[in-house]
Amino acid sequence: MHKYGDVIVPIGPQHPALKEPESFLITLRGEKITASSVRLGYNHRGIEKACEERTYTQGVYLIERVCGICSHSHSTAFVQAVEEIAGVEIPARAKYIRTLIAELERIHSHLLWLGVAGHEIGFDTLLMYTWRDREVVMDLLAKLTGNRVNYGINTIGGVRRDVSVKQKEEVLKAIDTLEKQTKYYIDLATKETTLLKRLQGVGVLSHEDAISLGAVGPTGRASGIARDTRKDDPYAAYGELDFKVISVDNCDVYGRTLVRLGELIESFSLVRQVIAKIPDGPITVRVPRKIPAGEVLSRYEAPRGEDVHYVRSNGTEKPDRVKVRAPTLANVQSVSKMLEDRYLADMPIVIAAIDPCFSCTDRLIALRDTQTKKSNTVIWETIRLKGIEWYKQQGVDFTALNKKLSKKLHL
Amino acid sequence: MKRPGKIAKLLIKTFFKKPITGNYPADGSGMPEGFRGKLKFNPSACIGCKMCMRDCPSGAIEIRKTGEKQFEAEVNLARCIYCGQCVDSCLKKALEITADFELAKLDPAQLKVILNAANKEQPKA
Ligand code: SF4
Ligand code: SF4
Repeated sequence: MHKYGDVIVPIGPQHPALKEPESFLITLRGEKITASSVRLGYNHRGIEKACEERTYTQGVYLIERVCGICSHSHSTAFVQAVEEIAGVEIPARAKYIRTLIAELERIHSHLLWLGVAGHEIGFDTLLMYTWRDREVVMDLLAKLTGNRVNYGINTIGGVRRDVSVKQKEEVLKAIDTLEKQTKYYIDLATKETTLLKRLQGVGVLSHEDAISLGAVGPTGRASGIARDTRKDDPYAAYGELDFKVISVDNCDVYGRTLVRLGELIESFSLVRQVIAKIPDGPITVRVPRKIPAGEVLSRYEAPRGEDVHYVRSNGTEKPDRVKVRAPTLANVQSVSKMLEDRYLADMPIVIAAIDPCFSCTDRLIALRDTQTKKSNTVIWETIRLKGIEWYKQQGVDFTALNKKLSKKLHL
Repeated sequence: MKRPGKIAKLLIKTFFKKPITGNYPADGSGMPEGFRGKLKFNPSACIGCKMCMRDCPSGAIEIRKTGEKQFEAEVNLARCIYCGQCVDSCLKKALEITADFELAKLDPAQLKVILNAANKEQPKA
């Protein structure tokens, strides 16, 4: 024990790093972190259960909303599973369109991450510029799919929208702009000392630890694990396309930056290949509403890492069980290791470096009474009333304000 | 060469440029063609098969019979997730999606709209 003892600091659950609720218990000795633990469970939405209540078609839209950034990743993983159970092969054109949207999504996600990383280290200029450039790909996605975030391009048996010749040209033009900008960011990342000094040697995860903790995606690839589902278990059109799996041995946040920047360049090349090779033909095949009984595990390389969906059907219109393993769940374990013996000030960027998505990761939590061992369900209204009561005891009363507000809203 | 302040050149360059952010809503920057916004209903094409209701993931649409071969659609704009599945499911092409996305209302009751035979919208009474 240190002379002054260790201090345990709770950080969160109100967005400690990113704008999502999660809670960290950090044991500090001076400025150094000696131990840490992550607690999830503040944003459970019951999506898996809700899927069982909906038909497969409805489920696609629900699954798409597991994540606001990798929405296409989740919906593709889900439809792939359903198509495999049903035993249908989707048309080649649909496969290429899925790949196109997937790569555009990766571009938008990695640019978003670069901006967030800049923000976490106090380099907001980088955030502003990367997000400005990200708008190019967001506009493109809106044009191609009809929405900026939840693209809704997937349907069971193919895709819902075709890509026109004019759109193809637009894609190529946007990719040129983005590539030029990304090259500038690569130059910046390797030469700007502010970035180098702040990212190198921070959040170290050794190759061995990355393997034993099961790190996936850019987090794993920055620790020398050259694994990529697109290569290892090709889906959509990836088997016919040429690309490299980017991996480096830096094992730190800087390495994770390099991997993501390298992947951006690969994505641009993939998009160009898709546009050049896309075959003509139909974009959907008919799939019966009732899916025969069976079970399938589907894998997909989301921007954050491998996304796994398990679907079990029972011969009806609705799935029997849907299980989602978002990439963050695989990576979150490694955060504690990365924080060990590091300074508290590094915490935001270390957490942000795995590009976490906590609400996608949240699964059921049960609250148990420690004495009776019985679980207890609390409804939303009870929590709300408890909150109001608690504030009243602290001397804050919102009743008058509430009345005013509901009058304004004609409630 | 490795040095701090490498981004400064870009900063100075953009300082003299017009801001990239638009002046919404004054400049009318809308959504692109094909954007999935508010639904449009063509009652003369509808046969009342209710496939749209069956496939809607959020239970936002309701087709009601108003008379002999006459139907109206009630859409709850607050529930609708603007996925366009109902448009895909409708074999008679009675539903259409428009790029209208400015649908916020202060009064929640006004978010329930009836798209009826005269194709005039009325908030639900
Ligand atoms: S699916 Fe089309 S035709 Fe059938 S009820 Fe809906 S709008 Fe009418
Ligand atoms: S757009 Fe989607 S959510 Fe809205 S009414 Fe149609 S099917 Fe339902």
